[in-house]
Amino acid sequence: MRQLIRDIYDNSVEFVRTFGAFQLFFLRLLRHTPGILIGRFGLVVKQVFNSGALSLVIIMISGLFVGGVLGLQGYANLARFNAEDAIGVFAAFGLVKELGPVITALLFAGRAGTSLASEIGLMKATDQLSAMEMMAVNPVPRVLVPRFLGGVIAMPFLAAIFSLVGLFGTHLVAVELLSVDAGAFWQQMQLTVDLEDINEGILKSFVFGVAASLIAVWEGYNAIPTAEGVGRATTRTVVITAIAVLVFDFMITALML
Amino acid sequence: MDANSDNLIEIHDLKYSRGPRVIFEDMNLVIKRGEITALMGPSGTGKTTLLRLISRQLIPQQGTILIDGVDISTLSIAELYQLRQRFGMLFQNGALLTDLSVFENVAFPLREHTQLTNRLIRHVVLTKLHAVGLRGAADMMPSELSGGMARRVALARAMVMDPDILIYDEPFVGLDPISMGVIVRLVRRMNDALGITSIIVSHDVEEISTVADRSFLISDGKVAASGSPDELRVAQSDLVRQFMHGMADGPVAFHFDAPGYEEQLLGRDTE
Repeated sequence: MRQLIRDIYDNSVEFVRTFGAFQLFFLRLLRHTPGILIGRFGLVVKQVFNSGALSLVIIMISGLFVGGVLGLQGYANLARFNAEDAIGVFAAFGLVKELGPVITALLFAGRAGTSLASEIGLMKATDQLSAMEMMAVNPVPRVLVPRFLGGVIAMPFLAAIFSLVGLFGTHLVAVELLSVDAGAFWQQMQLTVDLEDINEGILKSFVFGVAASLIAVWEGYNAIPTAEGVGRATTRTVVITAIAVLVFDFMITALML
Repeated sequence: MDANSDNLIEIHDLKYSRGPRVIFEDMNLVIKRGEITALMGPSGTGKTTLLRLISRQLIPQQGTILIDGVDISTLSIAELYQLRQRFGMLFQNGALLTDLSVFENVAFPLREHTQLTNRLIRHVVLTKLHAVGLRGAADMMPSELSGGMARRVALARAMVMDPDILIYDEPFVGLDPISMGVIVRLVRRMNDALGITSIIVSHDVEEISTVADRSFLISDGKVAASGSPDELRVAQSDLVRQFMHGMADGPVAFHFDAPGYEEQLLGRDTE
């Protein structure tokens, strides 16, 4: 029993210590952010390409099929109430406010987050970060901040593209396949979806972008510099990001209702 | 600052532990300006750790490390980075930045620390790559290089800022005889031509003997012996003789601490 209490105490202390270090790490990134945005924007653009443009294919394919599923499910259920014309509204709310930001963030964690964590972890394991230190170059602004900002900037765009392609997928299924009236599909959506709804989606994807990029960069930078350590950091990136995204999604949804 | 002294680096009463394991205790060592100094010793004696302490990648628990008379533990981060611009370091695996080409790897310190034009950077980088014989590999990526080539590129990068101090961590490991000979000649040539001070960590007694002006043999957290390679080769100390002549028996045991061989094989300790 005493051992159990001691273990709980030790784990609690370790959790608080790690969480504190994580917050300080976030502040370090933020401290260097203005300098990088102003002085080294080219580095950020390169990372927006790496995290964003290279994730486009998976985002668009996923969006298309998620939209298609929404079309099928929406039609099957709304038809029971003779409300199949509202399928556009149904899909738009689902995609813009929830599925777009959340699924994009989960896909981002799997595609770009793992790539960031393993890249930084391997840079550490192969002494590249130490080499930078020895060349009097601080790796935090040079390596970490551009990768963090790249993810933060890319995420809202990816989420928007996911939602757009998703709506196109819904349109294909509902209008082209199931013969829902195209005018009703788009007009009801236009009349019902407000700027506030879109803002909620943008806010969510921005928060998820910060969380996913921060977790990936943190895990990579703190990876044990071995093959096993980098592998673990990569796995943790996906798991922690997935949990963080769902928790933040709940919190933001609750706040904005 | 005491830049005129012969002593470039002085280590006094250094103590450094990692957890319960004491790596250095009351270590004293002086590295002379303009010389090639070799740090040798059995595996696990902390030679690479000593390099990291000298470059303040690690901070000692006790003692002082002076560079040009300045205690490096008292430097601010800005002062430390300024000091490090006087350093060049060749890591064991080269540590080239894998997302940059050979040219950009060598250009990296210049782009970060100077306002040179692209044309001038190109001149400097190609000159350094020519010195290591790899001007023709400028457009290659690090993944396309052999181990020896990667180390030569890393050497070009280490000297691109014309450092005062060049640190080599195991520069000869895993190299074929040709690459090793090239690196040895480069180390000597650059030290003499550029008037720099070189510190080399190596196990390779034969190669290091041909290039070092002074060697330190480190064991049990202290300097066990020092002198020119010739002096060390004829030293009477058992440890020095074992290391310099590569003998299996001596003060440094071949076997790590373990229970009795027979006892462990027959599993008596678990019965």
